[in-house]
Amino acid sequence: MVDRLLMRGNEAIGEAAIHAGCRYYFGYPITPQSELIAYMAKRLLKIEGATFVQSESELAAINMVYGAAAAGGRVMTSSSSPGISLKQEGISYITCAELPCVIVNIMRGGPGLGSIQPAQGDYFQATKGGGHGDYHLIVLAPSTVQELADLTIKAFDLSDKYRNPAMILGDGLLGQMMEPVEFKEYDINSIPSKESWALGSSHGREARTIVPFNLDAGEMEKINNRLKQKYIDMQKEAECEVVNMDNPDIIVVAYGIVARIVKTAIQKAKKDGINIGLLRPITLYPFPSAVIRENVHKAKKILVTEMSMGQMVEDVELAACGKAEISFYGRTGGVVISPVEILEEVKKLLK
Amino acid sequence: MKKVFEKPKSLTDVPFTYCPGCHHGIIHRLVAEALDDLGIAKDTIGVAPVGCAVLAYLFFDCDIIVAAHGRAPATATGLKRVKPDNIVFTYQGDGDLASIGTAEIVHAANRSEKITVIFVNNAVYGMTGGQMAPTTLEGQITQTSPYGRDPKTMGMPIRVCELLSTLNSPGYIARVALTKPAYIVKAKKAIKKAFQFQIDGKGFSLVEVLSTCPTNWGLSPKESNEWLEQKMIPYYPLGEFKEVF
Amino acid sequence: MLDEIIIAGFGGQGILLIGRLIAQAGMLEGKQVSWMPSYGPEMRGGTANCTVIVSSEEVASPVVSNPSSLIAMNQPSLDKFESLVEKDGIIIVNKSLISRNVKRDDVEVVEVPANDIANELGNLRVANMVILGSYIAKSKSVKMENVFRALEEALYRQSEKMIKLNKEALERGAMFC
Ligand SMILES: Cc1ncc(C[n+]2csc(CCOP(=O)(O)OP(=O)(O)O)c2C)c(N)n1
Ligand code: SF4
Ligand SMILES: [Mg+2]
Repeated sequence: MVDRLLMRGNEAIGEAAIHAGCRYYFGYPITPQSELIAYMAKRLLKIEGATFVQSESELAAINMVYGAAAAGGRVMTSSSSPGISLKQEGISYITCAELPCVIVNIMRGGPGLGSIQPAQGDYFQATKGGGHGDYHLIVLAPSTVQELADLTIKAFDLSDKYRNPAMILGDGLLGQMMEPVEFKEYDINSIPSKESWALGSSHGREARTIVPFNLDAGEMEKINNRLKQKYIDMQKEAECEVVNMDNPDIIVVAYGIVARIVKTAIQKAKKDGINIGLLRPITLYPFPSAVIRENVHKAKKILVTEMSMGQMVEDVELAACGKAEISFYGRTGGVVISPVEILEEVKKLLK
Repeated sequence: MKKVFEKPKSLTDVPFTYCPGCHHGIIHRLVAEALDDLGIAKDTIGVAPVGCAVLAYLFFDCDIIVAAHGRAPATATGLKRVKPDNIVFTYQGDGDLASIGTAEIVHAANRSEKITVIFVNNAVYGMTGGQMAPTTLEGQITQTSPYGRDPKTMGMPIRVCELLSTLNSPGYIARVALTKPAYIVKAKKAIKKAFQFQIDGKGFSLVEVLSTCPTNWGLSPKESNEWLEQKMIPYYPLGEFKEVF
Repeated sequence: MLDEIIIAGFGGQGILLIGRLIAQAGMLEGKQVSWMPSYGPEMRGGTANCTVIVSSEEVASPVVSNPSSLIAMNQPSLDKFESLVEKDGIIIVNKSLISRNVKRDDVEVVEVPANDIANELGNLRVANMVILGSYIAKSKSVKMENVFRALEEALYRQSEKMIKLNKEALERGAMFC
């Protein structure tokens, strides 16, 4: 049996990355993800041939990631909301260059310097592109410390599979809390070889270039088309947890930590004779629209709840195609929604 | 004798697209010659900037990545850390290196990343049409300093070699020019030495090349060379600034 | 079983460690656990609190509106959380620092002079273990032997003597229940 370790979310991400063969990390401190950069320093500086750099800024960090990914390294960076904003230019470059990497965003309140408490206000930025140009990241939304670990590993694999950056979208609460976590066997030899495209020595082959632009509009459009095809192919990776969907009075849609808070509301509601169903998107991009569409008709009312002013709700509306009445409840700024609040909102809607 | 004009092997057959009288082409050639002489082209990864030299990936016959504006030293750091046995160089303009990318170059130098930086100082933003660069001289007229650079509000031109030489970390730092054959010989030597410094695992190396931009200076190639000698060299003295390992 | 515990006090009173030991002990017993700290500027010199859940089933929300137990290491913590504790819940009060009585009459209250006992043991810093001992004895949330194991793991860098002192503090606290 694998050991269960009591770990902080941030540290579990770090251990999972190392477990998955990540040997290159570049980052800059910011609350509430600083335990992750500290963890990577502690571990990577002791591994022969591995690299840990505390970069001069998030900008530098993401561009180091760009270089490391171009050289074929399994590489990660992490930050929290304001720092992720600073990385956007680089993320756009990496996406255009079709390089794999993992970016962790442990979200906090915003906009601006915001607060350092947990929030989910970066959903749009994460799922709709974030930087300039037409692109998407693969976005995974864990809701437990175990999932932080599992999805970090998955993020590396998916980003290699599609040669597209993948983002772990967590929040300050998940990053700071401790829960038991297990690291299942991972075969480092299963990591796809990057020899056919990575930069390095060019003995016996043509010199290669990685060029994230094309000044010829038609050629640039071809790049866009190729990316688009990748996003279409990726749709099959969409994942959604479906809970308590037997005849629900109302369906709540929530992701990440909020979905767990909804689960407590479900238990409390049972005592009041109310049956709440839950749809929890695990991948935010690709968004599990099909699962949402198949389920929304099962209840008359849909409540989307997020720690934001309402961002994922737009994707739920699109998925529902007008087939359901959709309401929204959110808290922001770093205020964490409580189970009681959700239950009250449900009761209000069912009145 | 003829050999001098033979195209270095480390350049592709793609003809340069730089303006007449622009030094970018000469600098490419000197870098390629250094790669040839040291026999390292097949193990070299170049990092092209955003600036006129963004097209360097077409000209150098080695693996090349185009970095975001100013971030070449960071991208090079990533490359070198994953492939420590390869030779990594960046090629950057003055806007790229000394303005938007100041933090990256200072910190790459301070960590003494084992990379080589070819820094092309032409006292102006070439690619975007001649705006003021951090290296634009006092009183110099550009699109964004139409009345001349006024140090009271625009600061004095930054001397990158001197600035970086104050860092208490290993490095080789030199400034060269290309307006006379004697200068070119020295420039070639410095560039080769910079790469050798990296090959020997000694740390960070940077060669600043004073360069022309006839197009945006509004001068002929000949006048440009004169202007460089008369205005730039007095403010940006040539020589080796640091050789510490 | 489901225990939802809020532990609160001044920063520096070892609040987070109390929570961690309960969670770790729960995990050693094969239970589902979560530990959630308050973090940020609050923690610098001000108040610190954490929420621990020990459950026989999957932990849903790590955020708790109405805890089943409260461990209050100082007066502001009691003021802040007293009214939230569930009916028939437990409140453990650090009597050394809290002069007022608990107002609720629908909860079980244990008063422990944690600082005084810690001082008697020769180290004020183990007051947190005294109050934890009392909580374990009262709630039986996890087994004391597992708290000992968790303590050994958490304090592996410290001397034998220090670990022994902490255990002694736990045992002294356990007499209050
Ligand atoms: C983030 C960003 N800002 C601005 C630009 C526009 N831009 C392209 S090149 C350049 C200046 C280049 O000047 P320099 O580095 O001196 O190179 P030169 O063309 O003179 O060789 C600027 C501002 C850009 N590409 N990216
Ligand atoms: S604009 Fe200036 S720097 Fe650019 S190619 Fe022309 S002369 Fe050279
Ligand atoms: Mg320039």
